[in-house]
Amino acid sequence: MALFQIAEPGESAAPHEHKLAIGIDLGTTNSLVATVRSGIAICLSDESGRPLLPSVVHYNADGTTEVGHEAQKNQAVDPKNTIVSVKRFMGRGKQDIAHVESMPYDFVEAPGMVKLKTQAGIKSPVEVSSEVLKTLKERAEVALGGELVGAVITVPAYFDDAQRQATKDAARLAGLNVLRLLNEPTAAAIAYGLDNAAEGVYAVYDLGGGTFDISILKLTKGVFEVMSTGGDSALGGDDFDHRIFCWVIEAGKLQPLSPQDARLLMMRCREAKEYLSKNPEAPITVRLSSGEMVDLKLDVATFGEITRTLVSKTLQPVKKALRDAGLRADEIKGVVMVGGATRMPQIQKAVGDFFRQEPLTNLDPDKVVALGAATQANLLAGNKTGKDDWLLLDVIPLSLGLETMGGLTEKVIPRNSTIPTARAQEFTTFKDGQTAMAIHVVQGEREMITDCRSLARFELRGIPPMVAGAARIRVTFQVDADGLLSVTAREQTTGVESSITVKPSYGLSDDEIAGMLKASMEHAKDDAMARALREAQVEAERMIEATEAALAEDAHLLNEAEITKITATIAKLKALAQGDNRRQINIAMDDLGFETQEFAHRRMDQSIKKVLSGRKVDDIRMGEEQ
Amino acid sequence: MDLSADFFSLFELPCSFRLSLSELDSRYRDVQAQVHPDRFANAPDAERRLSMQWATRANEAYLTLKKPLERARYLLELAGHDLQAESNTAMPADFLMEQMEWREAVMEARAGGDHHELEHLYQRLRGEMDGRYAEVGQLLDDAQDYALATDRVRRLMFLEKLLHEIDDALASLEE
Repeated sequence: MALFQIAEPGESAAPHEHKLAIGIDLGTTNSLVATVRSGIAICLSDESGRPLLPSVVHYNADGTTEVGHEAQKNQAVDPKNTIVSVKRFMGRGKQDIAHVESMPYDFVEAPGMVKLKTQAGIKSPVEVSSEVLKTLKERAEVALGGELVGAVITVPAYFDDAQRQATKDAARLAGLNVLRLLNEPTAAAIAYGLDNAAEGVYAVYDLGGGTFDISILKLTKGVFEVMSTGGDSALGGDDFDHRIFCWVIEAGKLQPLSPQDARLLMMRCREAKEYLSKNPEAPITVRLSSGEMVDLKLDVATFGEITRTLVSKTLQPVKKALRDAGLRADEIKGVVMVGGATRMPQIQKAVGDFFRQEPLTNLDPDKVVALGAATQANLLAGNKTGKDDWLLLDVIPLSLGLETMGGLTEKVIPRNSTIPTARAQEFTTFKDGQTAMAIHVVQGEREMITDCRSLARFELRGIPPMVAGAARIRVTFQVDADGLLSVTAREQTTGVESSITVKPSYGLSDDEIAGMLKASMEHAKDDAMARALREAQVEAERMIEATEAALAEDAHLLNEAEITKITATIAKLKALAQGDNRRQINIAMDDLGFETQEFAHRRMDQSIKKVLSGRKVDDIRMGEEQ
Repeated sequence: MDLSADFFSLFELPCSFRLSLSELDSRYRDVQAQVHPDRFANAPDAERRLSMQWATRANEAYLTLKKPLERARYLLELAGHDLQAESNTAMPADFLMEQMEWREAVMEARAGGDHHELEHLYQRLRGEMDGRYAEVGQLLDDAQDYALATDRVRRLMFLEKLLHEIDDALASLEE
């Protein structure tokens, strides 16, 4: 049974069910949406034929917004309400943000993540990002003519848990079903590797508008294995603009600028940067609101000089990533360049010199991430293209740990661990009769707790009083395939449990998301309830379809009674999904999930046995060590 | 087969220290290709959870079996031999003496910024460890002398740590 019938105008429905899935590159400066059509990944353009959507949101007093090119027009006239580069604020407190003084916004301190005061009210970076995502989602729905089953959203590989969670929240807020958060360099590697049938170890050097990533990947037949990753989630093309900006202020001996003038000058600086990628000299001309004219010329040599430290700042993580992968620069077969900022000649030269080879630039550095994300989305949605099937093994970029005595960190999961992963550690009480234990979860590489990012604090209560050292508290970290952490603590002798998905301190609760969705719906004249119902129905249909497919394939794993029970539960869900009682649909889905748990287990078991059988143990070469 | 099966059975590999790494690699990938969450991105919750558990288990198994020290420790654990790594740190004096000499050499090379010497120490230590791992393989797989193997593995823990320190020293010189 096809879930969604798609048909080009004037054509009949496609013969095979093709699920509509998209990949979104949510960038600091620009964002893109791509999909796979007839087996080829393409970026979807707006009505004017532009694939790039500037990641800019302008808030009007009446609560309406403009996004992208439209919003950009307001940059210089209304900088306070025109939010650019919001990605830099995702999952960040005010103290984490660089150049905060030269930004025109009214920041509002909020626990965990900074917020912005606009004329339409206080907005979190999650809400601002969701506006960008919504625009891309609508673009895709119009272009594809149907309901989307889901999206792959890319994040910088070096994003920590807070930044990832914020991105996922933004996508949910935009009404997207997130199939996966995918690391940007990995997405680029998919687009590149599948295109070039590459094999060997590759480095992906990804300098975006506001983030820098380096990933070392091993590409073998059908497997993309990330060996290590590194980067700086606050370093990007924007910083090069800022260097030019400072140079202009100094060279032109300018007085402190108004927000409008500053924004205008910053735009000119960005243009100059882009111009210098192809020309030896760039003019920078601005008429300030005072009437004063700035008229300067910046040449390539000076530009190289003032940005030298930024360029070398990217090479430190490159060295570290190589070391983590246990490789030397000359063992890298190719270097893939990603991100618009890699167009700068000084970057290409520095990377080329470091790896002693010409970097690969045969894919558009602006589009490659979105294309890879779309390719992965297509695979995750279950659109098998036959010959193309691959496996992605990615890692977490930063170690996860706990605070121990004396403000020190104890690493529980080291960086570059392949995900999903889990690790448990045992702790004990240090006072007689201690009945509670505070657990502080952090992320980072440093020894001192204060140098790491605090992700969450929670307390395990109800430990029965014992002598110091007698309680056994097991803290389990689980990182899922999106790189998101959940933590559980359990007192072993009595089974007292406390669990947390690491997010409340900076993320949004489900209730908050629901509230925001509802509020945004009022603007969109949509009915939140109707939409929630529709979502439940789609989910139910998806579940029914998956279960029926599993039954068709593997009914032999069940006895008759089990088959009857599952079929009856499906029938019940089917009937309910036709109706409009969302709660009952959800309950029926839970029931079906429960009824099929054992079945799922047996199927997994069978598939593993199948893949390992046909191999004989005697075939294994013995004596090979290490 | 189930989630609690030991790591060797998970990949249907013989339970021994000597192991073909290429075989481990390919079996790990075959298992991941079946159980990875990307295979279940659009599946019902129950299957998604199960897939995460399996993929987590496969990653843990692979990581443990891939590294010789971890593999040896795991085999000892399966055989019921506790390494007492934390509490029992008593080592023979001559071994400790040797360790101190190594450490002094590393510190000296590091202080002098002698990249070449550090590299040399690294290679020498690697060579020595290869020999010791061969001995551990013999003790575990052939002689099944777990008591002696435990002692040898404990020594190797010191050496792995030392190797790591040389690596760090090399890294700090490169920066």
